[in-house]
Amino acid sequence: MNVTEASGLGKRYGSSWALRECTLAIPEGHLAALVGPNGAGKTTLLDLVVGLTAPTAGTVTVLGGARAGSLAALDGIAFVAQNAPLHKNLSVADLLHLTRNLNRRFDQGYAEARLDELGIPLARKAGKLSGGQQAQLALTLALGRRPRLLVLDEPMASLDPLARLDFMAAVTSAMAGDGVSVVLSSHVLVELERVADYLILLIRGSVQVAGEADDLLACHRALTGPVVEADQYAGRPGVVHAWRDGARAHLLIRTSAGAGPVPPGWQAHPVSLEDLVLAYLREPGAASLPGSAPAGHAEPTEVAK
Amino acid sequence: MTALTMPSQPAREATVRPVPWRAMAWVTWRQHRLTLAGVVVVLGAASLYLYPTGGQIRADSDLIAARSGMSVTAALFQLIPALIGAFVGAPAVARELDTGTFRFTWTQGFGRTRWTVATLAPLALTVTVAAGAFGLAFSWCYGPLIAGRDGFVALSPLTNITFDLRGVAVAGWTQVAFAIGVLAGVLTRRVVPAMFATIAAWSGLALLTAVCLRRHYEPPLVTHTPNLPSADWVLTQSWDQGGKPVSSSAINQILHKIGATIATPGQLGAAAAPGTDSAPANAESTNPVQYLLHHGITFSASYQPASRFWSFQWIEGGWLLALSLLLMTATVWLVRRRAA
Repeated sequence: MNVTEASGLGKRYGSSWALRECTLAIPEGHLAALVGPNGAGKTTLLDLVVGLTAPTAGTVTVLGGARAGSLAALDGIAFVAQNAPLHKNLSVADLLHLTRNLNRRFDQGYAEARLDELGIPLARKAGKLSGGQQAQLALTLALGRRPRLLVLDEPMASLDPLARLDFMAAVTSAMAGDGVSVVLSSHVLVELERVADYLILLIRGSVQVAGEADDLLACHRALTGPVVEADQYAGRPGVVHAWRDGARAHLLIRTSAGAGPVPPGWQAHPVSLEDLVLAYLREPGAASLPGSAPAGHAEPTEVAK
Repeated sequence: MTALTMPSQPAREATVRPVPWRAMAWVTWRQHRLTLAGVVVVLGAASLYLYPTGGQIRADSDLIAARSGMSVTAALFQLIPALIGAFVGAPAVARELDTGTFRFTWTQGFGRTRWTVATLAPLALTVTVAAGAFGLAFSWCYGPLIAGRDGFVALSPLTNITFDLRGVAVAGWTQVAFAIGVLAGVLTRRVVPAMFATIAAWSGLALLTAVCLRRHYEPPLVTHTPNLPSADWVLTQSWDQGGKPVSSSAINQILHKIGATIATPGQLGAAAAPGTDSAPANAESTNPVQYLLHHGITFSASYQPASRFWSFQWIEGGWLLALSLLLMTATVWLVRRRAA
């Protein structure tokens, strides 16, 4: 089952497209990281997935075919929006009560236990909690719904490093315990590298790369070689990004099937997820180069299915 | 409520039973109880003022001071529906949009369309009923003033100053103010602009109704006899000679010969302001009309009789109810269609 499936999905605000021609299939059981610079359309894509926005073009379905925003979809998806907006004038206990009333399932015991663990008093108004506590409260309310898909929009922006670890620990334990699938957006990749096993890279409203992290890493390599030869390779199809440091030149390349031939005098290295994302971020046109778009865009998605 | 049949998993789609409506009742109450308390306080304070005032009106023999008091109070009370629209209607949905909490509320299992209906319906009903109760208090208090009593002529119950504060009209005006508020809130997505927009739109509608619409609810009656009962709502009146209007001073000049005058255009020998000058002259001046007729001068007036009060109330209440239902339907449709 795919927790999210988009086909030709687009959203236009006025005359500018926030998201264009987005085709995706995120299989269940993953922690999918939606990565991209600010303004890349991450929030728009997540709003479409949770049904807060209607698409201008294309379709998006969730949880194996439910229309995004339908009652069936809402029932199985919990969403924590950017900055975890909650009613500031309501107490924590009121928010638990509210969430319980607005959903078919709510695990009150779990939620109270978790808040107790976090030291968040039930009687306090949500507006009086720190940013980190608000994020944790929002996550608790979301997990208490026992969702099948958890959608998080920049959940860690307001958290300090320790709180980020706690937050991700709660997310990953929900994945392990209940088999929750997670789609999470962030413009900070570092903290996702350890946990994300599916990656969607969104730049200027289009999907540049999408696929399981392992597949993506398998079909990208870094090459290191002499600077004098760098220029002859830099412009070739499949080269995502070229850079130099001192006497060495580096190329991040996409190889269609396993290890391709390495030019003499060059060494191949595996890449990290961060290298890969940074390379695409630095060369936002890379995916649209001739012959390269299918490799980065469609092929890993095929593999993922 | 949605086209849920997707080929991949129709079974799961069909099995999701919506969260029951009653679950939302607590949420609406919790989110709006302060606002509703505010409505009760404002209307309660107004009623607390009306109660002793009504007692005094019943005890006093002199209604003149009470009448000038009423026109001030009624003018102030005209604000009540607008304030309810601005403070209850406008924030009802706009606060969620303004603070971003709609991303939380509208992604819960209850569904945003149902959330909107379950928020608006009880609030609309509450403010409407509260306003209706206030209208009863207003009618009780000033009823004797409007009806008039020995020596004090009646006021027309149809005139703009009190008509929309009584009966079903005040309930309708409050409900429509609420509906304007919620729609303005969804359109502007900001609480404060929505509040101002509500007051402006409501006032415009109320003014338009007072000046242009209300007088045409039923075709006015026409009479050629002056001295209409003061309870009737006179729309137009004139003295004409050969199809041309004759001024009051010209009439007075003619009447001077028989010792009569007209005080206001339609009142032969009667007082200008009701009660200021009780009119014993009326009794002996039964012939001025005939006298003027001899001079080829005729009187004509169009008016709405006081007996039409309730039929006017239902007409006004009816179209206001229809309008507010239309506006609230539009609000729900907008929420459903374009959330973010």
